[in-house]
Amino acid sequence: MFFNPGIIALFISSLLISGMVLYASFYGALILRYWDIKSGSETQLNLERRTYLISTIISYACVFQLCSFFLFIYTADTLHPFFTGAMCAVGSLNVNKWGFPTVILKTITFLLAGLWLIINFTDNRGFDYPLIKVKYLLLLIITPLILAETIMQSNYFLGLNPEVITSCCGSLFTADTKGVASEIISLPRSVMEIAFYGTMMGALVLGAVFYRTGKMGYGFSAAISVTFLISIASFISFISIYFYELPTHHCPFCILQKEYGYIGYFLYLLLLAGGLTGMGVGLLMPFRQMPSLKETLPAIQKHLTLISVICYLSFTAIATFQIIFSNLKM
Amino acid sequence: MIKSIEKQRNIIDFTLSSLWRRKGKNLALLVVYTLVVFSLGSVMFFTQALKNEAAIILRGAPEIIVQKLVAGRHELIPMASAQTIRAIRGVEAVKDRLWGYYYDPIGRANYTLMVPEGMDLKENEIIVGAGISRVRQVFRGNALLLRTYDGRPISLFIKGILSPESELLSSDLILISATGFRRLFGVSGDDATDLTVTVLNKKEISTIAAKIVDKLPDARAITRDEILRTYDAVFDWRAGIMIAILAGAVLAFLIFAWDKAAGLSGEERREIGILKAIGWETADILQMKFWEGTIVSLSSFFLGVILAYFHIFYASATLFEPVLKGWSILYPEFRLTPFISGYQIAILFFFTVIPYTVATIIPAWRAATIDPDVIMRT
Repeated sequence: MFFNPGIIALFISSLLISGMVLYASFYGALILRYWDIKSGSETQLNLERRTYLISTIISYACVFQLCSFFLFIYTADTLHPFFTGAMCAVGSLNVNKWGFPTVILKTITFLLAGLWLIINFTDNRGFDYPLIKVKYLLLLIITPLILAETIMQSNYFLGLNPEVITSCCGSLFTADTKGVASEIISLPRSVMEIAFYGTMMGALVLGAVFYRTGKMGYGFSAAISVTFLISIASFISFISIYFYELPTHHCPFCILQKEYGYIGYFLYLLLLAGGLTGMGVGLLMPFRQMPSLKETLPAIQKHLTLISVICYLSFTAIATFQIIFSNLKM
Repeated sequence: MIKSIEKQRNIIDFTLSSLWRRKGKNLALLVVYTLVVFSLGSVMFFTQALKNEAAIILRGAPEIIVQKLVAGRHELIPMASAQTIRAIRGVEAVKDRLWGYYYDPIGRANYTLMVPEGMDLKENEIIVGAGISRVRQVFRGNALLLRTYDGRPISLFIKGILSPESELLSSDLILISATGFRRLFGVSGDDATDLTVTVLNKKEISTIAAKIVDKLPDARAITRDEILRTYDAVFDWRAGIMIAILAGAVLAFLIFAWDKAAGLSGEERREIGILKAIGWETADILQMKFWEGTIVSLSSFFLGVILAYFHIFYASATLFEPVLKGWSILYPEFRLTPFISGYQIAILFFFTVIPYTVATIIPAWRAATIDPDVIMRT
């Protein structure tokens, strides 16, 4: 365990966020159980009043969650000099078995929290709380994940032992070792390139179709989700090497370092924001026919689509620019 | 889009004027908030700056230092060991170093004596650091009287004073010739304080360090990375302790903030009641409270950060340097190189703004959901 300001900050924020979502889910469960918009009973009035508090609490918690995601990655990165063999965040995350699961869980809660914010935003546009049950059901799914994340993160930080010799990204992200990353890297480059540009084109075209006509919403959302995963895989497979100008270096974390102008944060932010808004479009699809949302929902979905398409387009543009103008020629 | 921005603008406008109407209360909050950010920020800037200084200094340090140990203590190492190390493949050069400490009863301080490389000093010539010059009131051309290991006085002529820019390192330093050093401390010509090793391929440093320990079992090999890591850990730890101590202050501040937010004055309650009566919704009041929190948080946060920056980099961290830096008679006077990173700002934000926001959510909601008729009746 290190007594490091970054770690203390993450501990505090995790505890605060956990407390906030626990408090909110308690009332969320009450709302799911007793909510009846037609009733004028005191319970209902109280619950209606509570929804303001819960939305506010969760909105803050979601924003904090998004911030702590990047703080966690950055802290893992700054810890690497303490571990023999570590050269970037990969090494420090690999010190014990909790590192990578925490990152994955953080990504999932990041996306879920974002989706919650989208639903909340939409819900506030309707006069009769049209999405209230969906909203609090989603909250009840997020809460255990956030609690698990807090426990995992604590386990990770408490189990940091500088004596451990860890692996560096150079040895973890190669075609020779076992694991998902090496399978991705050992796939032929041309296959990955076709998959990346193909799905990306598909997602963007579907986005344009949805934006113009309002059709194919589910298709667009699914395409965005698939592209999200393929983009990460492609980043490891063939995009990263042009940033590092090193044909053997596939690490998805080194790009977050200062040497590369922190471009990694921007790229991942684009991917996450694009994926999130795209998934949000699909999530909102079933509610298009709700009477109180008929007017506003299509406009919200259009905005989300626009953000999603712009983010993905920028990501592709930056990656392609780097591939063409990098000093590395393959 | 434009309409909603316009709406927020109007809410902010209203919030600012309402904050200004209660100057006293809000200024008190602002001052306390700023102080909390200031003290936490100072700790973080200071440790980071010290870490940076250490990293810059150690960039010029030798890759491996070999020291002989006797009964777990550092001893003089025979020059013959250098030959053994030179024979290891991959070693570029081995140099012997002479350095030590001298307690001066007149200045009541420990001096560091070092034999510099590639500097031409005669046997009785020395160059001293600015701190020694200050304490002993000796200057260029004067003589400094020291005692040799067997008690005989030896007078050394000051050839120069080291520049004050490097004072953090050289305040207590005396540079002396090798013969002078051996005469002062009685070190024989066959021994050195320790050996430094340069390695051709930087990736082999740890392997070569292992080989050295293998060939010279009574020695220890310290690599540059190890020193740097230790410094990092020590400074991080000190910052962590300081922050843990200041956590009490943060907690007190949060209770204070909660109290301020929860204890609405009659005037404020009336204001909210009237706003709701003329058509503001609960969400609008919550938005107003959000902007209120943002304005207070951001102004105190930036004010605190700026003050901390000046405190550390222009006022030499007067308030708590004894805790974080260590203590000595020959105290160096120095200015740290200004350095500030987004990471530190983010951590500081997590320490102060996030807890503050959490503490004020429920009071803000309480205020926003008051029924207008209840207020107007009271």
